[in-house]
Amino acid sequence: MGIRERLSGNEAAAIAMKQINPDVVAAFPITPSTEIPQYFSTFVSNGQVDTEFVAVESEHSAMTACIGAEAAGARAMTATSANGLSLMWEQIYIASSLRLPIVMSLVNRAVSGPLNIHNDHSDAMGVRDSGWIMLFSENNQEAYDNLLMAHKIAENKDVQLPLMVCQDGFITSHSIENIELLEDDKVKSFVGTYKPEHYLLNKEEPIAIGPLDLQAYLFEHKYQQAEGMRNAKKVIAEVSKEFEELTGRKYSFFEEYKLDDAEIAIVCMNSTAGTTKYVVDQLRKNGIKAGLLKIRMFRPFPTEEIAKALSHLKAVAVLDKADSLNGAGGALFEDVTSSMFVNKVQVPVVNYIYGIGGRDTTSKDIESVYNDLAKIADNGGTDDFYRYLGVRK
Amino acid sequence: MEDLIEIRWHGRGGQGAKTASLLLADAAFNTGKYIQGFPEYGPERMGAPITAYNRISNSPITIHSNIYEPDYVVVVDDTLLDAVDVTSGLKESGAIVINTTKDGDTLKKKLKNYKGNIYTIDARKVSIEALGKYFPNTPMLAAIVKVSGIMTEEQLLSDMEGSFKHKFAKKPEVIEGNMKALELALSQLKKI
Repeated sequence: MGIRERLSGNEAAAIAMKQINPDVVAAFPITPSTEIPQYFSTFVSNGQVDTEFVAVESEHSAMTACIGAEAAGARAMTATSANGLSLMWEQIYIASSLRLPIVMSLVNRAVSGPLNIHNDHSDAMGVRDSGWIMLFSENNQEAYDNLLMAHKIAENKDVQLPLMVCQDGFITSHSIENIELLEDDKVKSFVGTYKPEHYLLNKEEPIAIGPLDLQAYLFEHKYQQAEGMRNAKKVIAEVSKEFEELTGRKYSFFEEYKLDDAEIAIVCMNSTAGTTKYVVDQLRKNGIKAGLLKIRMFRPFPTEEIAKALSHLKAVAVLDKADSLNGAGGALFEDVTSSMFVNKVQVPVVNYIYGIGGRDTTSKDIESVYNDLAKIADNGGTDDFYRYLGVRK
Repeated sequence: MEDLIEIRWHGRGGQGAKTASLLLADAAFNTGKYIQGFPEYGPERMGAPITAYNRISNSPITIHSNIYEPDYVVVVDDTLLDAVDVTSGLKESGAIVINTTKDGDTLKKKLKNYKGNIYTIDARKVSIEALGKYFPNTPMLAAIVKVSGIMTEEQLLSDMEGSFKHKFAKKPEVIEGNMKALELALSQLKKI
């Protein structure tokens, strides 16, 4: 049995890091993820972990320190949000290209400007093609659980890629909710020790990491990186299975909530999925066959599985908490629709951009999407697929 | 979530409304409930109106949005009655608890003839008597527990002692005063 607790999402992330006890944590404070390094540095000063905590002068340095630590053969973690991630940008690509399994807690927040400290997914969407594995979390429990699984996935020799665990800034990061924690010893044995194959501090094998890589080899290295991302799928499935055996909590690439017999469904990520579950339950009481597909694994993207899971529906709405400003639709919408297209699934799909800059998304908002979907299902489709939810036009 | 209770707190920055909502979540958690406690973050300035929320249920809570149709509203500072529409969406089957010394007629007018129950408590008096300083959040916590019946008074008192010991581990001298504030508030709550 686990430990019944009540924690905010940030507390949950910090506790996960404490139980993982990484070799190095390098972080710079930024709202709304500030509490994670704040709590963690308390664990360091209280001697509850033996991590080297590097209080860096910027997020760029935080990621650089993590890269140095991982390259040396250590296990490194960090946490950030929004503009902090923007400042890491250059190093984010280097971390993944050097195949360094750094684990980051990303507390999602709108990227400036103008300045906004509240939640949307524009920070995460900005690095969606940077070669990081990306897991999304509905609540504090999932943020905690995903972090506990993170190293086993990222460090697997067939993967060797950095991984970020996302959760919604303020909405879950600052909300106290029930959570079930694992005992310290169970986490320790589940996560295991990091044994890199090649690392800088191995005096038996002097190597260079990250030198010049021109026409002759970069393409092959990028191909291998992409292979690592493709392999991550299998590894995420295996690690999630192992985690389920340990905790009883089941994690798949995505969660299907009352989707089996649904006629209309929403696809979304993070905390909005919880609100959507509540709405699905209400609609079901009135005989409306509503369902939800909640994405957990956004990178790698489970294309075939998603297409299959949506194939029986009459209408689908994909909710994007970041506008790609491309005239074509949000990032999740594009991934879902292209997955459906290449897998020959023909279901009417619409996109809603929602919740930008912390605009609250209520159960009534979600209900209005299902109402729209019911109409689309009746009409057999719509040309108006790029929509907004809750904006004043 | 049929038994879901939703509470909205109105206070001013620095008065501890956020802390009170977290303490209420804590106390309800300790009686075995599922809980949420979260503030609505805005520009954080001393004295600015702030809102905090609680959801309390016997089953898991998945909804993640602010609360627009609360069962209960707690007003930690009565100057907010002129600044914020505190009864907005408040269910008539519910109640509002206000920290005030104003009389019933004045309050009814300020609350736009809200038809649910109105409770008042002079949290300043309670706090000064118990703590020697003005910290309205502890008396308001006791008041909302009594009004909402989330737990018994005995449960609250026994539970909060533990919570205060944890919260004030570095300031043990304030634990007794906070416990006294809870007890006084429970006895001085008035129904209009």
